Amino acid sequence: MRFVDEFRDAEKATALAAQIAALCSPGRQYKFMEVCGGHTHTIYKHGLEDYLPEAITLVHGPGCPVCVIPMGRVDDAIHLAEQPDVIMTSFGDMLRVPGGRGSFLDSKARGADIRMVYSPLDALKIARQNPDKHVVFMAIGFETTAPSTAMTVLRAAADGVENFSIFCNHVTIIPAIKAILDSPDLRLDAFIGPGHVSTVIGCRPYEFIASGYGKPVVVAGFEPLDILQSIYMIMRQLASARCEIEDQYTRVVPWDGNPKALRVISEVMELRPYFEWRGLGFISHSALRMRQEYARFDAERLFQLPGVRVADPKACQCGEVLKGVLKPWECKVFGTACTPETPIGTCMVSSEGACAAYYNFGRFSRERVREATRT
Amino acid sequence: MSNDREQQVLDRIDRARRRKARVTDERITLAHGAGGKATHTLIEAVFLDAFDNPLLAPLEDQAVFSVGGARLAFTTDSYVVAPLFFPGGDIGDLAVNGTVNDLAMSGARPVYLSAGFILEEGFPVADLTRVVTSMAAAARAAGVQIVTGDTKVVQRGHGDGCYINTAGVGVLDRPVTLGASRARPGDVVLVSGPIGDHGVTIMLARGELDLESDITSATAPLAGLVSALLDAAPGDGVRCLRDATRGGVATILNEVARAADVAVVIDEASVPVRAEVRGASEILGLDPLYLACEGRLVAVVAPDVVDAALAALRGHPLGAGAAVIGQVKADPPTLVLLKTEFGGTRIVDLLIGDPLPRIC
Repeated sequence: MRFVDEFRDAEKATALAAQIAALCSPGRQYKFMEVCGGHTHTIYKHGLEDYLPEAITLVHGPGCPVCVIPMGRVDDAIHLAEQPDVIMTSFGDMLRVPGGRGSFLDSKARGADIRMVYSPLDALKIARQNPDKHVVFMAIGFETTAPSTAMTVLRAAADGVENFSIFCNHVTIIPAIKAILDSPDLRLDAFIGPGHVSTVIGCRPYEFIASGYGKPVVVAGFEPLDILQSIYMIMRQLASARCEIEDQYTRVVPWDGNPKALRVISEVMELRPYFEWRGLGFISHSALRMRQEYARFDAERLFQLPGVRVADPKACQCGEVLKGVLKPWECKVFGTACTPETPIGTCMVSSEGACAAYYNFGRFSRERVREATRT
Repeated sequence: MSNDREQQVLDRIDRARRRKARVTDERITLAHGAGGKATHTLIEAVFLDAFDNPLLAPLEDQAVFSVGGARLAFTTDSYVVAPLFFPGGDIGDLAVNGTVNDLAMSGARPVYLSAGFILEEGFPVADLTRVVTSMAAAARAAGVQIVTGDTKVVQRGHGDGCYINTAGVGVLDRPVTLGASRARPGDVVLVSGPIGDHGVTIMLARGELDLESDITSATAPLAGLVSALLDAAPGDGVRCLRDATRGGVATILNEVARAADVAVVIDEASVPVRAEVRGASEILGLDPLYLACEGRLVAVVAPDVVDAALAALRGHPLGAGAAVIGQVKADPPTLVLLKTEFGGTRIVDLLIGDPLPRIC
């Protein structure tokens, strides 16, 4: 398949892996964080770690939009969904995320009208088709998905759709990365930068990571060769004592991002003073809410929400996993009390979550599997 | 050191997974019907617990037993597909072929079917006629007769137009006993053609995706294909056959790995997937291995009959795209592993519920 197969070429991967291995300093250990959940998914789905030398460890970051939604917000969303004459719409991987009283799927089983959509525009379409109902779109995601939410609001406003609103949970990536950088138990050598987010925000916002914290960043694409190449680019920086922001994903990510998308976001949304992140706690200026001008499309203003903060379960160590302090299997409840069927923490819910990716794709001993896959 | 600790955790997980399944949900969710972990848990914890008997216990697609000297296969399946009509088929031929194939996978010759209809008030008679005509044609093509039936009508809003249940009886003319637990290390895994066609067809036919493609469901009766395979590999060379419907090839292989306490290692590059199916899966973030198939079987065969089995499948019009996709190994037991096209390795586990598209 064109535009896919050339980024999954095993021969090229083998050559790149050899170059990466050659750049390792003897005795040195390297830890790189891939910020984005999409990267985590690619790494596990293609078994990319098989190409990395033992000296390089990949640490899975906080960039899974589903994983960072706190339980209280899920409860608020379910509260909205269970209001009379409300249709709740949501992306598919939000359906299983547990709040304090179950997930969307459980609420649906109790009778709520919750529908999976592929785009906020689909939610707007449902609103048009159901004029006697109020349709809420559960908006989640980083700067990647925020523009499409904002565009949908503008469309609804232009067309005078009145039975449609947004439950806005959009978050911004930079404050989360900063929170990780400021964490006292941080031990990272570099970052693999999020590709999709960067198509919107560009590469410039990462400059403080190199200049202020001395960590290289390489913004990477989502095919396995993209990630392998970005690791090679990081290794080259480290080997030559450089510390820069580099763009591996130039075929998609412009250095200055997408000003039009940024304009649309700021037309409709503004920064919240603070927002709670699952596992990371409250981070200031880390999320978006609807502007006053679009209050009529803001579910938080249209409906009374409980807004109760629900503490993460005590046993859950999602925060440590999201910060890269713990590997998924090092969490106390991993794989026994917390599994993809019965997730305690959000890292276990989305296929992009570090724990779910490890559980679903990587839960095996490398040596035994090397034996089993030898032909 | 870290490897040892990781292995301890993995062993603990393995023990947890072998524990008896328990349903923790208070209500049925759609996940319970998706064919993945939730479905297995429900079957094992609720149905198997209550109905427990040696014929049901292996959880094959059909029960095989003797009556008056004849070996019979018996099965049932319900069809709730939406939309009712889709490119390449409709709920009618699906309801016939699905049950015919569940019988055929035991090596049986399907003979008689029942048909139960649950119709929703307001359902167009013209649509019902179309469904029934297509069932009759499918039955003729499969060489079975629909000999008994039932009709119920539920109030508007209590059903999705038309649900169909079919049960079927088949006769085992050959002395074969097939079953997932018979797989053993060294065996080889085959599929009879490209996978995922049906799953993608249905998703596109729902019209939610604004994607267009020429892909059609491959629904077909497979008794003839099975017969050709068993003729080519007599004795116990064929260990197990499954039609890869709900949950796809990945789910079937997990069932084999668990039932036989073996590892199944799949080579991604050799799994046949049409370009359109791969494309749609890429866009939606789905894995073709989990997509529902119709008219496709997975066979586990002994190493010495692989060539004969593959030739027999390929020599049949419904198996022209057959391929060897993997091998059965002893270790690590109960796991399905995938050698990825990229050159890495990963697990292919049971899905929890429906395959849900990723957001970005």
